[in-house]
This record gives sequence, structure tokens and C-alpha cells, in this order.
Amino acid sequence: MIKKIALLFISLFSGLLLFAQDGDKIEMADTMRQNGKIYVVVAVILTILAGIFLYLIRLDRKIGKLEKENREHQFITKKQSHVS
Amino acid sequence: MNKWWWKIVCILLLVYTVTAGLLFSVPRKPIIQESIRNLYFHVCMWFCMMILFTISVVHAVKYLRNNNLKSDILSRQYAVVGIVFGVLGYSTGAIWASFTWADPNSSSFASFGAIAKDPKLIGAAIALLIYFAYLVLRDSISDIDKRARVSAVYNIFAFAFLFPSIWIIPRLLDSLHPGGQGNPALNPQDIDARMRMVFYPAVIGWTLLGVWIVSLKVRLQILKEKTVLES
Repeated sequence: MIKKIALLFISLFSGLLLFAQDGDKIEMADTMRQNGKIYVVVAVILTILAGIFLYLIRLDRKIGKLEKENREHQFITKKQSHVS
Repeated sequence: MNKWWWKIVCILLLVYTVTAGLLFSVPRKPIIQESIRNLYFHVCMWFCMMILFTISVVHAVKYLRNNNLKSDILSRQYAVVGIVFGVLGYSTGAIWASFTWADPNSSSFASFGAIAKDPKLIGAAIALLIYFAYLVLRDSISDIDKRARVSAVYNIFAFAFLFPSIWIIPRLLDSLHPGGQGNPALNPQDIDARMRMVFYPAVIGWTLLGVWIVSLKVRLQILKEKTVLES
């Protein structure tokens, strides 16, 4: 499993070796990157993402619990019908 | 599907997408400028939609072959989440277009008129409307087996219609949308190696997020049908 994940990441990021350069004079958000305020944006978006993921994980667990209860319930009802 | 490792991969890839997508250097291009970073978000929505619709139609065909209602549930949920991603792709595209396509010399009303006629937008809108009709059609039939069969057949039609409406016709006509002469976002002239390094992980990450949501919805739906059958 860890091997699978490692392989995936290696294959995805092998493009790192192919950096290109260009120095045109087109206006970009360079100042924002200089004074570091862009990190605030990254932090905000990461917080939102974290919230969404926590919500998804909670839902996942809740549904897992429901499935487990359902299975136990079915098991009991099957047993009861067997006895009677 | 109950394995957990791909969910961790999804979280890692999306965290990487947001961080690297906002911080890594990108090509300097006129007009688009920093908004080129939208590639990691807007384009990924469409990729994710296409992948989810493909899985949906596979399950629709499966249902027609084996008449197993589980395939019907899977097909429906993949289509619904695909539609959600499509709507997200459409609305993010609308925001992006209003800042990069609008003609600064004419009024916003006039430039909106030009943008709204764009064949790519109309094609995408038609494709999404056909999928909306899929949901309407589905929920209007109360008999379970008939609903599953009719909606599986309609799903195949809707998927087939995706090809002329979002793949073929927009490529034949002039469009403001990039990628008219090839594949948008896969063309080496559009993005370079450093963008591809974020873009491919982003596509996989967003798609896994979609599949994750689908898997939750499917499990919930199966539980629901079970309790309906038991009571």
C-alpha cells in the first residue's frame, strides 16, 4: 500500500526535472508574493479544505456505523426466524 | 471501495494542489496573468465530471446486462455527483471568463452578449441540461425496475450526446475558450512542465474527492433501500 502511494507520487512529480525559464515583463502578483500575504490566502483555503475533509470523514464513519448496525440487526432477525 | 488509503491520497493531493497551485511559479502570459492558476481548479472540475459520467454509463450498461439494482444505484449517484462537478465547472468558468474575455472597450452588456454566444459554453450548457433531464425522468417513474431500465437507457443517450456537445462541435467553431485546435489543458503550448506537475495531481485529487462523495451516497442509498425492503 505504501509502495503504491510512493510510486504514484514519484510518477506524478517526475516533471520537476523539466523546469523552464522565461522572464517577460507581464504584470503578475509579484508584490503579494514578496510581502508574503499570499500565505494568508493559502491558509484560509487550507482551513476550508480541512473543514470539508473532516466533514466527509465524519459522514464516512457515521455511515460505516449504520452499516454495522444494519448487519447486526439482520443477523439477529435471521437467527430469530431460524429459532421460530 | 471500503479501503481507506485512496482517501488519504485524495486529501494529500488536494492539499498539495491548493498550496502548490497558489505558490509555485507559473508562465507569464498576457491577459490571463495570475488567473492561469484557475487551471488547477476550473479545468479539473470538467475532468472529474467526465470521469464520473463515464463510470456512470458503465454502470448503466452493467444494469442492462445483469438487472442488478446495485448497478442502478451506482449509475445514478455517479451521474448526480458528476452533475455537481459540471455545475461547479460551469460557474467557475463564468467567473474566469468575465475577467479574461470581457472586452474593456465595450460595455459589459455588449461583451456579455459576445461571451454568451460562445459555442463551448452553449455546448456545455446543453450537455448539463440533458443530464438534469436524466434526474427529472428518473424521479418521475415510481416503478423501481422500470425506472432503473429507462434511466439506464437514457443515461447512455446522455453520455453519447456529451461527445458532439462538448467535444466535437466546440472544436469546429471559433471559440474564445483556449484549446480549439487541440485538447485544452493538455496542449504543450498552453501549459509547461511546472504547471503539469500540479495539474495532473490536481485532476487525480479532485476525481478521488468526487468518487469519495459518490461512495458515501451509494452506501447511504443501499442502507435506505434495505430498510425499505425490510419494513
